[in-house]
Amino acid sequence: MSEQSAAGADGSGRPSGRLLEVDDLRVEFRTRDGVAKVINGVTYHVDAGETLAVLGESGSGKSVTAQTIMGILDTPPGFVTGGEVRFHGKDMLKQSAEQRRRIRGEGIAMIFQDSLSALNPVFTVGFQIAEQFRIRRGLSRSDAKKRAIEMLDQVKIPNAKGRFSNYPHQFSGGMRQRAMIAMSIALDPEVLIADEPTTALDVTVQAQIMDLLGELQRERQMGMILITHDLGVVADVADRIAVMYAGRIVEEANVYDLYRKPAHPYTLGLLNSIPRMDEKGQELRTIKGLPPNLMNIPPGCAFNPRCPMAQPVCRETVPPLLQLGHGRASACHFAEELVNRD
Amino acid sequence: MGRYLLRRLLQLVPVFIGTTFLIYWLVWSVPGDPFAGKCGDRGCPPNYRAMMTEKYHLDDSIWVQYASYMKNLFQGDFGITFGGREISDIIATSYPNTLKLAVVALAIEAVIGLGAGILTGLRRNGFLDNLVLVSTLFLIALPVFVIGFVLQWVLGVKWGIINPTVSNEMRFSELIVPGFVLGSASMAYIARVARTSIAENRRADYVRTAIAKGLPMRRVVGVHLLRNSLIPVVTLLGTDLGALMGGAIVTEGIFGINGIGRQVLRSIVTKESATVVGIVVVLVVVYLVMNLLVDLLYAALDPRIRYE
Repeated sequence: MSEQSAAGADGSGRPSGRLLEVDDLRVEFRTRDGVAKVINGVTYHVDAGETLAVLGESGSGKSVTAQTIMGILDTPPGFVTGGEVRFHGKDMLKQSAEQRRRIRGEGIAMIFQDSLSALNPVFTVGFQIAEQFRIRRGLSRSDAKKRAIEMLDQVKIPNAKGRFSNYPHQFSGGMRQRAMIAMSIALDPEVLIADEPTTALDVTVQAQIMDLLGELQRERQMGMILITHDLGVVADVADRIAVMYAGRIVEEANVYDLYRKPAHPYTLGLLNSIPRMDEKGQELRTIKGLPPNLMNIPPGCAFNPRCPMAQPVCRETVPPLLQLGHGRASACHFAEELVNRD
Repeated sequence: MGRYLLRRLLQLVPVFIGTTFLIYWLVWSVPGDPFAGKCGDRGCPPNYRAMMTEKYHLDDSIWVQYASYMKNLFQGDFGITFGGREISDIIATSYPNTLKLAVVALAIEAVIGLGAGILTGLRRNGFLDNLVLVSTLFLIALPVFVIGFVLQWVLGVKWGIINPTVSNEMRFSELIVPGFVLGSASMAYIARVARTSIAENRRADYVRTAIAKGLPMRRVVGVHLLRNSLIPVVTLLGTDLGALMGGAIVTEGIFGINGIGRQVLRSIVTKESATVVGIVVVLVVVYLVMNLLVDLLYAALDPRIRYE
């Protein structure tokens, strides 16, 4: 896994030739109470065969970025106010609704968090998978059914044939998420976005699902964007990690570098808040304070009110996301100090 | 499914017995002489009284009366009116008219109500949405006889577009306005329920999934969204179907339709107790069967509530 991550991180820095690029994306939610700036200049990319983990607390904008990529942002209240989302170099935000529809499923597919609500309760699981082959590929009912059963088999659902005609509520949580995965990879997408795919599952099942996702990603050489708030999940599967806070990427690095030496105090806080066996009985460490109100983001660095390292400059100037070499970047005024400390 | 159906059918038995007994008991317990006014000013001759008392077991207890009535009923004998007309004959001539009117009303409810509900649910707060909200409120607020008389007068008398009353042939073209009047309130409710249901489900996760699968919008709305949104609408339509088939006393009265509703009313007024009971027994059966059909349809639409 580590060799692969190094390979994945190698190519960063060049703007062209990327499979999927998000460039300075800005999204705001216009609600009755005011305008919430949910995404404030997110830039990341994913190439074929690599896994990018997007890490952040709820409300950091990781899911909204994914929805914008997919073109399933609820508008209103959500509006894209700037930036580009390029797939094979073409800005999808400028494409017609029909062009974007064709990319969904075949170019970029998505796995959702809660498979019970994300699957249609009144259609069988098989129908919902076969539907893609019928509508998108024009297959006959019986051929589509055959393909759907193959897909269920590929995600290791036992007795795929019998399970075809079950409804979502007749599946267990783990099996349902497998079916969801089968559905998302049915049309052989180049990019797979997995939005907290294991959050709703038992810990033991979580590991199985992550293994399955990793396996499928490697077999099919998909670019995968894994959205999560779980640092433990990330370490095994991801090549690179992008940490989000208040609608921005605050740090990007390969997994090894990020865990060894975070270049942003927020990442450091996240890593420190992982419970450790050797500190049993002691109070859990947390990051003080709460994430900012997105309608009223503090001036300067959005993290400054919670940051143990905050200086006057942090309250005045927004730190840009600066490259630190080795494909890592950090949006902290003191990134160099953090990286160079021992 | 088979066991579910069997259980539901068995449940019908006590309901049927209970309701019909209640009706029988109520109707024959109405105070007053069943023969009063039947035979003009002089009153009925004693031998006629004796014959009728014997025929309807009027001297026996209510239990015996009910039992013998039921026994005859199951042999297809609804009895006769005091005037000597077969009650089954009355039902056979008037019930088809009620059914025709019910079908027209239901079609109008389903087509206009559902159509308006879907359109406004997809596009809320537009001009059409406001128009539908105001007009449905109007229809719900107005009593059915007001709508009936106003349409009859404006369309039938003032403008002469329709015949003010329906002819005996009961042509479907004649039934459109009465059907609209009869179905107006339910149509308004259906429009509103469908609108809310569509608007709610539109933001549902599974709709988002369907869009993310790259399905055309037509299919997302027509298959994924509609199927889920229809569940409450079907419940409403189903209960209404039972009510419509029970006859429409007001609408039938306004447009001069010889339906079951008018027959019941007439029989109650003239104390034709046997006719009242006969008709109501038929209506109870129709209502029970309709309800069962709705429940089955409901289970077909939503697999989560299916049988066991």
